[in-house]
Amino acid sequence: MKRLFTMTVATCALMATSALADGHCAAGKTLADGKFTIATGNPAYFPWVMDDAPESGKGFEAAVAYAVAGEMGFAAEDVVWVRSSFDEAIQPGAKNFDVNMQQYSITPERDEVVDFSAPYYTAPMAVLVSPGATDTAPTLAALKGLKWGAVGSTTAVAKLGDVVKPDSDLLLYGDNADVNAAMSANQIDAALFDLPTALFLSAVMIEGSKVIGQFPADEGDNPDQFGMLMEEGNPLKACVDAAITAITDNGTLAAIEAEWLQSTTGVPLIK
Amino acid sequence: MSEQKAAGMTRRAIFEQKQRRRATLIAASSTAIVVLALVVLIPMAPGWEKVQKSFFNGAVLAKSFPKLLEAFKINIMIFAWSAPAIAVLGLLIALARDAKSPALFPLRIFGAAFTDVFRGVPVILTVYLIGFGIPGLGLPRPWNSPYIWGSLALILTYSAYVAEIFRSGIDSVHHSQRAAALSLGLSERQAMRDVILPQAVRNVVPSQMNMLIALQKDVSLLSFIGPVEIFRQAGVFKSLLANFTPYVGAAIIFLIVTIPATRYADYLMARQTRERR
Amino acid sequence: MAKLELRHVIKRFGDVTVCDGIDLDVEAGQLVCLIGASGAGKSTLLRCINLLEPIDEGEIFLDGQDIAVPALDPQTVRARIGIVFQNFNLFPHMTALENAMLAPRRVRGLTRAALLPEVEALFDRFGLADRMQNYPDQLSGGQQQRVAIVRALAMRPEVMLFDEITSALDPQLVGEVLDVLLLLKQQGMTMVMATHEMGFARQAANKVCFLKDGKVIEEANPTRLFDHPQHSDTQAFLSRALK
Repeated sequence: MKRLFTMTVATCALMATSALADGHCAAGKTLADGKFTIATGNPAYFPWVMDDAPESGKGFEAAVAYAVAGEMGFAAEDVVWVRSSFDEAIQPGAKNFDVNMQQYSITPERDEVVDFSAPYYTAPMAVLVSPGATDTAPTLAALKGLKWGAVGSTTAVAKLGDVVKPDSDLLLYGDNADVNAAMSANQIDAALFDLPTALFLSAVMIEGSKVIGQFPADEGDNPDQFGMLMEEGNPLKACVDAAITAITDNGTLAAIEAEWLQSTTGVPLIK
Repeated sequence: MSEQKAAGMTRRAIFEQKQRRRATLIAASSTAIVVLALVVLIPMAPGWEKVQKSFFNGAVLAKSFPKLLEAFKINIMIFAWSAPAIAVLGLLIALARDAKSPALFPLRIFGAAFTDVFRGVPVILTVYLIGFGIPGLGLPRPWNSPYIWGSLALILTYSAYVAEIFRSGIDSVHHSQRAAALSLGLSERQAMRDVILPQAVRNVVPSQMNMLIALQKDVSLLSFIGPVEIFRQAGVFKSLLANFTPYVGAAIIFLIVTIPATRYADYLMARQTRERR
Repeated sequence: MAKLELRHVIKRFGDVTVCDGIDLDVEAGQLVCLIGASGAGKSTLLRCINLLEPIDEGEIFLDGQDIAVPALDPQTVRARIGIVFQNFNLFPHMTALENAMLAPRRVRGLTRAALLPEVEALFDRFGLADRMQNYPDQLSGGQQQRVAIVRALAMRPEVMLFDEITSALDPQLVGEVLDVLLLLKQQGMTMVMATHEMGFARQAANKVCFLKDGKVIEEANPTRLFDHPQHSDTQAFLSRALK
């Protein structure tokens, strides 16, 4: 209903003001002329999108989306939201979105199949432990002995395999909710998430759990950075990159981060 | 007549040979045309290059295949302990549903309810509910392992189906066999164990083979509650490499196992049909 | 006291009365043949004697003991009364030898080894020594029926019931099965046989009973029944059967 309303408003706005001015960077490059179609997850999780309602502009990614759209010359009414899974994002063929934004870590392998924008967030990985393991020391040695879980489609899996190297086999899940269920059932002691997600789960979802440490975001030569995902060869990339660079440089991005993401300085670094 | 045979072949044999050659020729040429069409036409599709790159990527396959095989061991392991449990439980449920004594009425009701419930709920739901739900009650490790409860979900679901197949097998044994066994002084139990069940089980072996094949595939549903079996491992590669080829690799590994099993089940089925004629 | 006595046996299937007050005495060592059209109640009567069908009214005495008492465990009675069926009903998943050994092993509690000499002797006596290891579908109809008889005999029954055991056989195989019955009669087995083999009944039976609509219409020694039937129904049946 809400989305329908938004779309109706957007359509009215479109008819009134016509499409983007000629000569604008994004003109003629979007899926629907004059509209900027953004995909998010189904559902979209806090703190990236509040209440699974990206149209509100509330939540870090929703706010960034509107900031980028604005920078590119789109009115808020011209932003159209769609939902997509990870698989839909990377499958070959035409996409139903201009950009897809759901904490996609930029990796060289993924970059071969799709295009990524300039990063809009550098995410440290953080360790969320179950209520029974909150006194684990934030050291690699102590972490190795825990029973680990993660969401199977995230870069946390590779990080666990490369850095933590746990003693027992990993358990992997389809989404955050299932990791949550496994932790509640005491099937895993710890799970690796990006820090904002970990803080959210700890504070809201899993009673008694705790974020005991974070890995430095720039660890190794492969920092975990989130980018907007686009179809390979999408001509829009230059415009999106320019917009992200602009909001980074003018401090907008930092302000959005400060508004929606908890301060992460309280979480100790893992040694 | 005997002269024709002495000459080598009867008129009919010559005619039938001609017919066979014709049939072989037609089958061969139509197969060739279909294969040619697939090989030539599909790559002509505009998206083929992209599809090939993301579904049939040799480099990705080579990179992921050893780990997929490794993960498939978990499938085999779960299968190996679930299948015998399913056979035993399925048989018990079938016998419970067949129980005639009034004292066993609760057992019969239980058997009926069991099969209704577990055949009616999608396997994945059972895996979720039992795999997360029962450990959530606060069982200590290692008794809350998703391997245990996930396997139990498979065992319960498949036992329900297997029990129904056993039951149909029991029904398929002619009642005169029971009468013959009883007339010799055997008890109902002895008649069931020594006379009816062995025949019933033999009658349903092909159908049960098909259940085993289905089970082999459904073991992958345990990936939803944690175990990194082949389907999850392929998913991890898919996310990491943004490429679907690992799924194709997993499918190949499944087919290597299931095609011979399917063929064997078909063979058993065909043999049984022949025998009954 | 006769070996087997039936007193006013009534068996109903729903509204249909299949056995309608049957009285029958079978002396020890005798062969009694039941004749009559299909549906006269012969097969059902045999199944009642073996307690495969519970009777609705009447008594069945074996050595003076009423075996039709509803509370009685039929298993112990069945072990004393063997029955052979029209369609052999061998267990197809067992060899001839295993067919014959199953019940004695389970019911008499004997081991294979202990049973083997006795069962082998039975196979030998009925010309089946070289067929013991065959499965039923590897045997001819006549051989299968003889195995079925051996199987019943292996329980050492006191009475044997034969339910049209030659009806499913090719004509040339009937003789070998009937020879077995003659042999058993020589050995003093008490037997009741439902049959359409009038020639055999006349030659071998001590008594022949003609059944119609669940009743014994006439019973007599074979010479008398076949040559001088008293009842018009018997006469009508025999004139058709002996044509």
